[in-house]
Amino acid sequence: MAGIPHEHYEPKTGFEKWLYSRLPIGGLIYDALMIPTPKNLNWMWIWGIVLAFCLVLQIITGITLAMHYTPHVDQAFNSVEHIMRDVNGGWALRYLHANGASLFFIAVYLHIFRGLFYGSYKAPREVTWIIGMLIYLAMMATAFMGYVLPWGQMSFWGATVITGLFGAIPGIGPDIQTWLLGGPAVDNATLNRFFSLHYLLPFVIAGLVIVHIWAFHTTGNNNPTGVEVRRKDIETAKKDTVPFWPYFVIKDLFALVVILAVFSAIVGFMPNFLGHPDNYIPANPLSTPAHIVPEWYFLPFYAILRAITFDVLFLDAKFVGVLCMFGAIAVMALAPWLDTSTVRSGKYRPMFKWWFALLAIDFFVLMWAGGMPPEGPVPIISLLGTIYWFAYFLVVLPLLGVLETPLPQPATIEEDFDSHYPPSGPAAPRAPDLSATPAE
Amino acid sequence: MIRSTILAALVAGGTLAGSTAGLLAAEFEAHIEDVAFPFEGPFGSFDRNQLQRGLQVYQEVCSACHGISQVYFRNLGDTGGPELEEEQARAFVAMYEVTDKETAETRPATLADRFPPNMGVGAPDLSLMAKARSGFHGPYGTAINPLFKGVGGPEYIHSLLIGYTGEEKEEAGEVYYENTAFPSQWIKMTPPLSDDLVTYTDGTPATADQMAQDVAAFLMWTAEPKLNARKEAGLTAILFLGILAVLLYYTNKRLWAPIKRQA
Repeated sequence: MAGIPHEHYEPKTGFEKWLYSRLPIGGLIYDALMIPTPKNLNWMWIWGIVLAFCLVLQIITGITLAMHYTPHVDQAFNSVEHIMRDVNGGWALRYLHANGASLFFIAVYLHIFRGLFYGSYKAPREVTWIIGMLIYLAMMATAFMGYVLPWGQMSFWGATVITGLFGAIPGIGPDIQTWLLGGPAVDNATLNRFFSLHYLLPFVIAGLVIVHIWAFHTTGNNNPTGVEVRRKDIETAKKDTVPFWPYFVIKDLFALVVILAVFSAIVGFMPNFLGHPDNYIPANPLSTPAHIVPEWYFLPFYAILRAITFDVLFLDAKFVGVLCMFGAIAVMALAPWLDTSTVRSGKYRPMFKWWFALLAIDFFVLMWAGGMPPEGPVPIISLLGTIYWFAYFLVVLPLLGVLETPLPQPATIEEDFDSHYPPSGPAAPRAPDLSATPAE
Repeated sequence: MIRSTILAALVAGGTLAGSTAGLLAAEFEAHIEDVAFPFEGPFGSFDRNQLQRGLQVYQEVCSACHGISQVYFRNLGDTGGPELEEEQARAFVAMYEVTDKETAETRPATLADRFPPNMGVGAPDLSLMAKARSGFHGPYGTAINPLFKGVGGPEYIHSLLIGYTGEEKEEAGEVYYENTAFPSQWIKMTPPLSDDLVTYTDGTPATADQMAQDVAAFLMWTAEPKLNARKEAGLTAILFLGILAVLLYYTNKRLWAPIKRQA
């Protein structure tokens, strides 16, 4: 296997040797856990663990909820109330699951923006990035269908609006919409298939996550300097890295526990803050809510969808909006090929920093615009936000690589690390690596 | 072409913004007053006496038109609720008749039954009303007010119940009453509360405001019967995760010390 040179698993006991010659699972686990990891990773590298935790949390709470939930238009709403009132700990399961989705998306956005700033998407990590984007898409599909299941007013009308997007495709749109819904409108058939897919997709995500991890275990992690780990031999690689276990396992666990304390406060004290009150009203096809808004994590892309209020050439405004919404994610997925800069990390890119900061602000502006009724200045703000989103990927990233003079980068990860933690510190013996190695 | 479209959109946006702002100024804006309910905040919990008073207001006033069909009679005795004694709960349930699911016949209700739905005049079921309405928004499309004041469902119910101005109008044969808390200003519900409409057994003066608060708290309980348990679980989780975080912080510091030459 390619990757950073490191010591491989050696079966020691008789049982280990017996098992290893039949199923080398010990080697797989050892190599995965002991992967050499750049020792200068900062706190923005914790979100992967948080995301893995979220996936497990959502699957466990979700499977348990499914034991008590009834996917039928006449019973879905009441079965959720049954979970809240009569199932032991049911309220905790449901609030953990609903707010767990929010934690999942907070973590994924921070994870994505970390990748965008430190150039984690650049060669040789394009495949990791693309798989990541697929995971993000699958997460959005899962979250959207999950929100339909309680069969409240926002469930029903959210499903109606979003499946209506497919109806905007010229010609075949209405047929596709009918096929997706299982009928002319959102109804029992829709609820049933959404439940089925909401149960399936998390396992697709789990599979993609394994491939995502496999890919970056092959290339090695990126790091805040964007400088690659030296791979001449094991000894040189060790100057830039420490093994994932125990150094980053403990660090990540500490971060995860702090985040879970905040999460517990939200679940315990304000579990409905991130939800919408209308979803406590049973779905009613005859009564449309005043403002149909998706969950907060869809708002930036919902704003992009609504930003297009004018027909473009022969294309209907609504369809152009749909194209822009999916295009906004597509251009992000293409970042590895749109970014022409030879420098990976944003730390050493004086102009890039500002454009990136503007992209982060743009994300929040779009999120705000997506939650507002489309009147007054909101449509024009959405349009400007949409234009910048596309401009960042299609214009700024390609041009900056040519126009920008990057700052000097450290030669090695060791140099960067040493500048933070000088070797001349009080009586500094070299770090004893877990696997005792002879002197260099 | 594209530039002129954007320009036109900008101009249109500007004019629209101006005209909407002008319209909004003249428009009615519902007002919800913040109430310091005992169940708010991390350490808050339902006040049993208040829930019992609220149950009385619901029973004597609201239940004429509204149901709370998600609630079982047995819930009235649950911990963290009105906590009626068994005899009290049995006396309460004796006032109700339900339609038996299997025989479809009307029979006296038991503790194992739910409150019967009340569809008579088309008034909405109140079981989840305290979570299905919001009192606080913004400012400017942010969620800062609900972050600090709560979503505001119980406050909405309280403000609505005492928000009648006394004005009424007739439209298409229906009478509407002006209400300062109702989003569209005119509501079909007749003003339900007046001072001393009920007589509280615990000696609390039954002002309209007091009754509105009590029934709002009661409806928060019908919407969120496990609120007390939830807050306790939240506090416990934060306590234990906090301890674990401190232990992990020092473990991590110690672990990295030789790598960072801080040992």
